Amino acid sequence: MSNDTTSRQSWWQRIAHPGQFVAWTTPLLMPLAILTAVLFVVGLWFAFFNSPEDYQMGDTVRIMYVHVPNAWLSQFVYAVITVSALGTLVWRHPLADVSMKAAVPLGALFTALALFTGALWGRPTWGTFWEWDGRMTSTLVLLFIYLGIIALWRAFDDQLRAARVVAVFTLVGAINIPIIKFSVDWWSTLHQPASVFVPGGPRMPLSIQIPLFLMFFAFTFLFLVLHLKAMHTEIKRRRVMTLQRKLAQRATP
Amino acid sequence: MIDLGPHAVFIIWAYIGVLISVFDVIAWTLFDARATARQLATLEACNPRQRRPETAA
Repeated sequence: MSNDTTSRQSWWQRIAHPGQFVAWTTPLLMPLAILTAVLFVVGLWFAFFNSPEDYQMGDTVRIMYVHVPNAWLSQFVYAVITVSALGTLVWRHPLADVSMKAAVPLGALFTALALFTGALWGRPTWGTFWEWDGRMTSTLVLLFIYLGIIALWRAFDDQLRAARVVAVFTLVGAINIPIIKFSVDWWSTLHQPASVFVPGGPRMPLSIQIPLFLMFFAFTFLFLVLHLKAMHTEIKRRRVMTLQRKLAQRATP
Repeated sequence: MIDLGPHAVFIIWAYIGVLISVFDVIAWTLFDARATARQLATLEACNPRQRRPETAA
């Protein structure tokens, strides 16, 4: 392909080529990783040494700085795989199912951590680790959906066929995201309603907002770095599978 | 170390759980990346079609 042809390609076409996507995004990894590490160091310092106690919850408010980012990512990652699923089914983008496959285990991890930190925050705050209410139950369902998607990927040898089945399953599972979001408004629950992204701004003082947003961005950038790296690995894994197939065909008389 | 109050055990375990999980997922991502890259390099080395035309000739 000549330089002239390359320059005429749109960014969409250029990132559609797995090799070019890896070449484009590899230089981003190190700066993003450094930014993530800095955000974590500063965020943890604010969380433990600069954040005041909450007037009701006391020091347990510090659990919020890891709970809220993980809860946010549990849903954000699902939004990412939903868009990737559309990319697979509608646009047939070659990287959409790579993105989907790389993001799912990370989404499962963040959801499990949201449930874990939520349980540890719930015990001293509500007096119980777990309650079968709308928010907690729908988040547990989200974890099962993630695990189901991982199981589906592993059930197929043909990754392109798996991608279409997983994409349909992902789109059906997306119905759970608005249920999680509005569960605190629809049903009686121990969980507090939205208090960060609300009209009129966050309902908390700046001294609590600063560590919360630092940790929020630290975890979000952590996801972006890990997702990019996992996508690079998945692209290489597919190349490995193609080469193994070619070698096997050549070896067959 | 700052005083985390009467519920310190819940705060500490929440952070330890997150720390271990984040460390593990970073370690696994790097391990998987290196193992796959090594496997790809080995396969490309023994795949004749990967040779450039000038070297193959």
